[in-house]
Amino acid sequence: MNDEVWLVVPLYNEARVIGDVVRSARTVFPHVVCVDDGSSDDSAAEAARAGAVVVRHPVNLGQGAALQTGFEFALSVPSMRWVVTFDADGQHQVDDVVAMLDKARAEDLDVVFGSRFLDERTQAGAVKKLVLRLAVAYTNLTTRTRLTDAHNGLRVISRPVLQRIDITQNRMAHASELVAQIGGMGVRYGESPVHILYTDYSRSKGQSVWNAVNILVELILR
Amino acid sequence: MKLVLIQVLLIVVVVAVVARLFRSRGARSQAIRRLGLTLFAAFAVVSILFPSVWNRIAHMVGVGRGTDMVLYALVVAFLSFTVTTYLRFRDLETRYTKLARRLALDEAHAEPGPTGSTPSGPASGGDPGDVLDEPGGRD
Repeated sequence: MNDEVWLVVPLYNEARVIGDVVRSARTVFPHVVCVDDGSSDDSAAEAARAGAVVVRHPVNLGQGAALQTGFEFALSVPSMRWVVTFDADGQHQVDDVVAMLDKARAEDLDVVFGSRFLDERTQAGAVKKLVLRLAVAYTNLTTRTRLTDAHNGLRVISRPVLQRIDITQNRMAHASELVAQIGGMGVRYGESPVHILYTDYSRSKGQSVWNAVNILVELILR
Repeated sequence: MKLVLIQVLLIVVVVAVVARLFRSRGARSQAIRRLGLTLFAAFAVVSILFPSVWNRIAHMVGVGRGTDMVLYALVVAFLSFTVTTYLRFRDLETRYTKLARRLALDEAHAEPGPTGSTPSGPASGGDPGDVLDEPGGRD
């Protein structure tokens, strides 16, 4: 049943961990497409060695652009029914994806967003929590959605919805854009609790809370 | 009327800028912008020769001094320039992204899968748009 699921993994300079991330994901989901966003390290080769399909951006474009490229690749596979957006740095759990897909299939949902705030598993700092809450409030205010965590990288999207998605925000504002586009479609969506593992590695790679300001500017000056 | 050195300098700069703008080839859509620029340049020359023009304008709109008026006009002009430039870069980036994406996807489709683990691999060379019309049913 997981043969119709494709994991889309934006990849940028994660050579240290991407191999393990892809290998552990592929024990459950055989199809993984890594979009190498112009990495300067060995990321693409590591991902390919672990069995992922690698699509390479010739230059660095940003995570939003990488996701859209991954979506378009996935759409070119006729058997694909579901796409999962998955992080390369190992902060997402494959178990959560399984639960999200089960939920989508059982409740006939088109999109399932992961949420860090539906249970207490995720350990985030106070400032990060506050910024994320504000981001959710802003997203709920500006889009026709009601979510508890708008900037979670873990999502399950069905093929019909994927065909209508067009991410134009190349950098970090793509998360809000994605929510806005899905909210505007009037499709059935839901949320599922996920556990984001903030390791020292992912923290060192993760975005600073200052990026909230940049995202806001990118969203306003469209 | 006596020309001060700074006046000569400023006029030369204004004329040089306008000349540079006109040298680049352009379509009809640019004409209006250029006419506006010519007017702007002409006004610049006038205001260099008769700085009191700014005072008169300033008084007309209730600003104390002509220099303040110039400053306000500059702030507005600079801000609109910043925004226009930002938007133009965004537009350019969008096109650049599409080009890079096309390249990336074509390259990925040209190569066989790294593990051959894609049983229903994408049609070689096929445009992803090809499958968009398929009925996207799901379980």
